[in-house]
Amino acid sequence: MSTDVLLEIKNLQTHFFTLKGVVKAVDGVSFELRRGEVLGIVGESGGGKSVTGFSILRLIEEPGKIVGGEILFKGTDLLKASEQHLQSIRGKEISMVFQDPMTSLNPVFTVGYQLEESLIIHQNLTKEARKQKCIQLLSMVGIPNPEKRLLDYPHQFSGGMRQRVIIAIALASQPDLIIADEPTTALDVTIQAQILKLMKKLSEETRCALILITHDLAVVSELADRVMVMYCGKLVETGDTKDIIHNPAHPYTEGLLRSIPDIEQEKSRLEPIPGIVPNMFELPQGCKFADRCSRCQTICTQEEPPLFEGPKGRKALCFFPLWKDS
Amino acid sequence: MENILLVENLIQSFRVGKGLLDELTFQNGRFIRETLRVHAVNGVSFEIPRGTVFSLVGESGCGKSTTARTIIKLLEPKGGRILFQGMDITRFSKKEMLPLRKQMQMIFQDPYASLNPRSRVLDIVREPILFHRLADTKSQATEMAMDLLQKVGIRPEQANRYPHQFSGGQQQRIGIARALSVHPQFVIADEPVSALDVSIQAQILNLMMDLQKEFHFSYLFIAHNLAVVKHISDHVGIMYLGKIVEKGRKQDVFSNPKHPYTIALLNSIPRLEGKNLEHTPPIKGEIPSPLHLPSGCHFHERCPYAMEICNEVYPEERMTAPNHWVSCHLY
Repeated sequence: MSTDVLLEIKNLQTHFFTLKGVVKAVDGVSFELRRGEVLGIVGESGGGKSVTGFSILRLIEEPGKIVGGEILFKGTDLLKASEQHLQSIRGKEISMVFQDPMTSLNPVFTVGYQLEESLIIHQNLTKEARKQKCIQLLSMVGIPNPEKRLLDYPHQFSGGMRQRVIIAIALASQPDLIIADEPTTALDVTIQAQILKLMKKLSEETRCALILITHDLAVVSELADRVMVMYCGKLVETGDTKDIIHNPAHPYTEGLLRSIPDIEQEKSRLEPIPGIVPNMFELPQGCKFADRCSRCQTICTQEEPPLFEGPKGRKALCFFPLWKDS
Repeated sequence: MENILLVENLIQSFRVGKGLLDELTFQNGRFIRETLRVHAVNGVSFEIPRGTVFSLVGESGCGKSTTARTIIKLLEPKGGRILFQGMDITRFSKKEMLPLRKQMQMIFQDPYASLNPRSRVLDIVREPILFHRLADTKSQATEMAMDLLQKVGIRPEQANRYPHQFSGGQQQRIGIARALSVHPQFVIADEPVSALDVSIQAQILNLMMDLQKEFHFSYLFIAHNLAVVKHISDHVGIMYLGKIVEKGRKQDVFSNPKHPYTIALLNSIPRLEGKNLEHTPPIKGEIPSPLHLPSGCHFHERCPYAMEICNEVYPEERMTAPNHWVSCHLY
């Protein structure tokens, strides 16, 4: 793996200013992504995973606002870039794949039209070359009969096939980064397996970096090189996938892993994380996870823990991280 | 062991299209009337011994929810037999079902949509008790409802709140309390945790198992998540296009899967070890439409072991090991 950094995010803060108060959806998140790397962002709903993804392309709508930080993509800060410059990056150098494959395709245009649109905007090709490229893209994502299917409308495709089309559109301009927000959550397991395998294969072949946002730790461990766990807008733990899955340092990661039923091991009882995610309007002082944490001490409820560094580039937002060697 | 429920060859289908015009098609110079039917459940048989958990697993559109809704007679069965506690309820009218309703209850997938937004939580749980006259006085009913709410983890001071004031996990707890308020013998849980976050999922699954131990009822559990199913069930049935392709004790089905579809399903699950998808070939194709069922075995178009006979005859259910049934020509 090459070590050159493609994307570097420093202290990103995206807040939502609602009538009820300010929601710090993303609160001081920093990470970097190398070329060709697959980074998984996991966490439960409301953790700020998607907002982080959308922030990278500055796709945050009112009342949301990116209030601080830097997003360095190939060295330029996207937060300072002009809207025009951003448009040339969106869909060309960074593209997105969304959760719901029906709503991210336009129902009144053919699939071929929508694929071609991206090529018209970002690439200078002749009409015939574009058509060939569309056919090539569709067959790359495993759609049988690509030439005929270009003329079909989204509703004529099944859910899994639509997601393949969306991946084809995302790949159309050979981006350096794809942000996939819960790309397989709406799909059945056998179809999910097909799409995950496809994404893995394509990211290896095209050397395109991938940010995979999901709530499913198992999906992340199948695909990602590195994992980032988010809770209440904070990055609570990051490191290599294997280390995190086998030796989680942060109690939240540990709790998440314990609470999922494992198909391979017989657990007589699940060990859920007690309590619920705190209200984003009234986040507790100190560590956001303190009142659900088994390792909670007095300091946790008073001070916010810093991001401690552990072995092998691991980091955990906890006063008492458990570094175990794997 | 006595069966709480026995289902034999259950059939359910729905007509699509609204009127005569939708059914007319113009073919070879003349009009042909063709009634399109979604064949949702095509001969499903299984039994649930009293006090156990039976799970129906399968991908979307395989007919698992329709099976559940037909069993509880929210839909009229188109064929087959349903025996509830030994009683044939297949042809029971709504009125005849009424006294049985308190013995069979349902927990739904979307906790918010299944609670009346204008009712206080206490009223939601108390109403079935009052309706089925399980309490002599209203205050006794209130007491019973409060007791149950406490059991599922809702604090007494929260009982006067409305559903929207609770989180998804708490709403599901309320749904469970409502189902249990009439002391049912049999509870159908239709994807009860799939709308919840993982950490909350575990809380609800534990709660459901604790309550089952306490009240000794039986579950029919509908889910698509195999890990959850493996955790909660005693017996499982794997469904594909309205048929159970494999059923048996969960240990047998999970550790010794026989049907190619079951094997494919198990191979498709992403695992924490992260090696599953890398080493197993994915199952090809997609589920065919239940409008036009494939000939022979419903799975043959996607099956890596398909033989000639699979295209022609639907395989009969065979017992490959004690209590382990498979519908496949390989066995």
